[in-house]
Amino acid sequence: MKLTLKIWRQGGKYKGEFVTYSLDDINEHMSFLEMLDVLNERLIRQKEEPIAFEHDCREGICGSCSMVINGRPHGPLKGTTTCQLHMRHFRDGDTIVIEPFRAKAFPVIRDLVVDRSAFDRIIQAGGYISVNTGQAPEANSIPIEKEVASRAFDAAACIGCGACVAACPNASAMLFTAAKVSHLALLPQGQVERKRRVLRMVAQMDKEGFGRCSNVRACEAECPKEISVSHIARMNREYLFAAVASETLA
Amino acid sequence: MTSIYQKLDSKIPPGPLAEKWDYYKNQVPLVSANNKRRIDVIVVGTGLAGASAAASLGELGYNVKVFTFHDSPRRAHSIAAQGGINAAKNYRNDGDSVYRLFYDTIKGGDYRAREANVYRLAQVSVNIIDQCVAQGVPFAREYGGLLDNRSFGGTLVSRTFYARGQTGQQLLLGAYQALSRQISLGSVKLYNRHEVLDIVIVDGKCRGVIARNLLTGELERHSAHAVILATGGYSNVFYLSTNAMLCNVTAAWRAHRRGAFFGNPCFTQIHPTCIPVSGDYQSKLTLMSESLRNDGRCWVPKDPADTQKHPNDIPEEARDYFLERRYPAFGNLVPRDIASRAAKAECDAGKGVGPSGLAVYLDFSDAIKRLGRETIAARYGNLFEMYEKITGENPYEVPMRIYPAVHYTMGGLWVDYELMTTIPGLYAAGEANFSDHGANRLGASALMQGLADGYFILPYTIGAYLSKEIRTGPISTDLPEFERTEREVADRIRRLMSIGGNESPESFHRRLGKIMWNKCGMSRNAKGLQEAIEEIRALREEFWRNLYVAGRADEFNPELEKAWRVADFLELGELICRDALHRNESCGGHFREEYQTADGEALRDDENYMYVAAWEWKGEDEQPVLHKEPLVYEEIKVAQRSYK
Repeated sequence: MKLTLKIWRQGGKYKGEFVTYSLDDINEHMSFLEMLDVLNERLIRQKEEPIAFEHDCREGICGSCSMVINGRPHGPLKGTTTCQLHMRHFRDGDTIVIEPFRAKAFPVIRDLVVDRSAFDRIIQAGGYISVNTGQAPEANSIPIEKEVASRAFDAAACIGCGACVAACPNASAMLFTAAKVSHLALLPQGQVERKRRVLRMVAQMDKEGFGRCSNVRACEAECPKEISVSHIARMNREYLFAAVASETLA
Repeated sequence: MTSIYQKLDSKIPPGPLAEKWDYYKNQVPLVSANNKRRIDVIVVGTGLAGASAAASLGELGYNVKVFTFHDSPRRAHSIAAQGGINAAKNYRNDGDSVYRLFYDTIKGGDYRAREANVYRLAQVSVNIIDQCVAQGVPFAREYGGLLDNRSFGGTLVSRTFYARGQTGQQLLLGAYQALSRQISLGSVKLYNRHEVLDIVIVDGKCRGVIARNLLTGELERHSAHAVILATGGYSNVFYLSTNAMLCNVTAAWRAHRRGAFFGNPCFTQIHPTCIPVSGDYQSKLTLMSESLRNDGRCWVPKDPADTQKHPNDIPEEARDYFLERRYPAFGNLVPRDIASRAAKAECDAGKGVGPSGLAVYLDFSDAIKRLGRETIAARYGNLFEMYEKITGENPYEVPMRIYPAVHYTMGGLWVDYELMTTIPGLYAAGEANFSDHGANRLGASALMQGLADGYFILPYTIGAYLSKEIRTGPISTDLPEFERTEREVADRIRRLMSIGGNESPESFHRRLGKIMWNKCGMSRNAKGLQEAIEEIRALREEFWRNLYVAGRADEFNPELEKAWRVADFLELGELICRDALHRNESCGGHFREEYQTADGEALRDDENYMYVAAWEWKGEDEQPVLHKEPLVYEEIKVAQRSYK
């Protein structure tokens, strides 16, 4: 198939602009990233700067890919990361626009690569259960209802890619933060730090410059792991409860 | 070739096997809390082994610095492990025990692993599950609320704990969260987007690392009283593997060049169930979890003339369920090396299916008939979806096509019982070391070993060394050794940048991978290995003459990162072939065509090869020197491995 690509270039000789490339002989069984590999190999042969993009596992779990394809984070396919998207979902002659995830809290490093370390700092603020190695009780001493464990898993499946932020008109990180708050709040092990956790994580999220949630639900629509906005509702309840119950706001 | 016995001290504690670890823990010197504050430890890598080690050492009070080349510690490739983690909990009441897990692991490894290490691994396996549950890892549960288990290849009990098809992800997030907590408490400092390019040795001890800040290209010196490499395996020497694209051998290889012996490099694992290669543009291979073999049946057409027919048009009597035929006791659940070779044998006999002829069917139609589509969807739904996304075919309707691919490396840096390499103060943990899986790893044991090393072994064993470092004080990075090593790293970067040839690092990597896969892959022979060594040497020479690295060294430059990694793979590849050539036997993942039984099974030579091959680097144009650590089995009766 023949394609026209309009790709955001930033860094090196590019100040920040779309550059157009045309490709022919793209095989429909290639993955989207393999299509970019082919383009990069050509650019290198022409002694031009290849396009920087973040990728690693290429099986949809590491959360490295961070590009917006034709206006949608991770492209047109529901529940699919960029690396799992294959060219058979495009048509011969298509023009494809590729940009980085855009958000104030995700500054562009180069081309399609952005800095998502704000997510790490949100987890560091409280996205854990404080248990040192060796302190754990016998694993089966606390039974957990299958249904509850399963709901906790649904939230814990977040891959930390940031598509929720890129999709949101306010660049809000509510879905990411809520997924972790919800995962740990659902489990008996997470109860002790429940209030402190949500207050701290939300405070850090605000500090990083992410926007507010205005219930657009684009995050849920674009999440490659299809994490539900019901977790945001749970986080709001957790937050309200913690804020009312606590004397200071963290 | 020089061979030296007895130079390697594995430091196995005395006493009966079951008491060695307790004995060790009772004897090992401790470091007091106020002294721990004065001791710096560097951990390289944030996968299961690195993140768990860094978190646990931070909790103990050491000053920890942890390095990852990723943007976040959570991206390490442990995240992609699907199937599960073994532990000898015996929650099924099906006869499991620490001894059985130990025995299965030794047997599965084809009697090429160290008894004492493996027994300790089986012992601490139970603590890992406790720790992970306490961290909030959402393992699968039964209706009564207790933990669920499933079976994996090479075992007759059900001891694998899992979290849907994303066990590695959930375990890594548990370790990542524990690490994040220590980062917030200030006991661990995170250096993300930093790649460790060399280690620094001062007076014979490892005293730090040289790291490149991947955003600015700046070289940095970091000192410590001990360094832990938890940098994963080297499957990507084959270019196409199930490893993530950025997995590399660099830190381990640079340590090898500085004196750390490399153990059993030829022990590489081929995973039987991967999605076949579809074209020249292929960048990586995707694994389909071993758990699929619980319900899927492997077959090929009996008649090579049928291979291009639609599988659903091939009647039952024209199908050969080759694993069930050859291995009636274990059937489709034979260990990975055996299943892989059996699939290759069928394809070599012209019975392979799909466009390339390099695939066999993995068929769920019987299981769907027996259990219903819903049950199969509940068990494997996410894997079926992944398969469909990649291939465009629906495995509920048409059998999956699978083929073996490189997946894991049992070999790695040689370590003693304390996980210390042959360089004092330098440790290796997780897949980066050679220790526990012998010549073949059983499914769901990699996660177990990574977390065992990080949570429960290193925090004890590192004290043996650090207790002697309490008077050392802070280590200056102005020492001439730091300056010299940094200069050597800078020189190598300059050299890579200044070749000015025409070929990309990626292209050289693909060419290396082809040589490795064709001549040192699923089966090997002396002639092919000798050719491979010559071809790799020629390719390396061409690399240093015709490489082109785009961009500059003083900026964010993924091409330069790749070039450095490929340069190291080009050296490692030769060592793997040399090791495979010297080991005149077949065992586990190492299959030498010259050494097989009449019915095509691996033929071990215990008399001559029951040892760990530990290779010493002697220089770029020198032959490496082989050291041998004899393997002594006190507890287990060594037998021909049979799954029939």
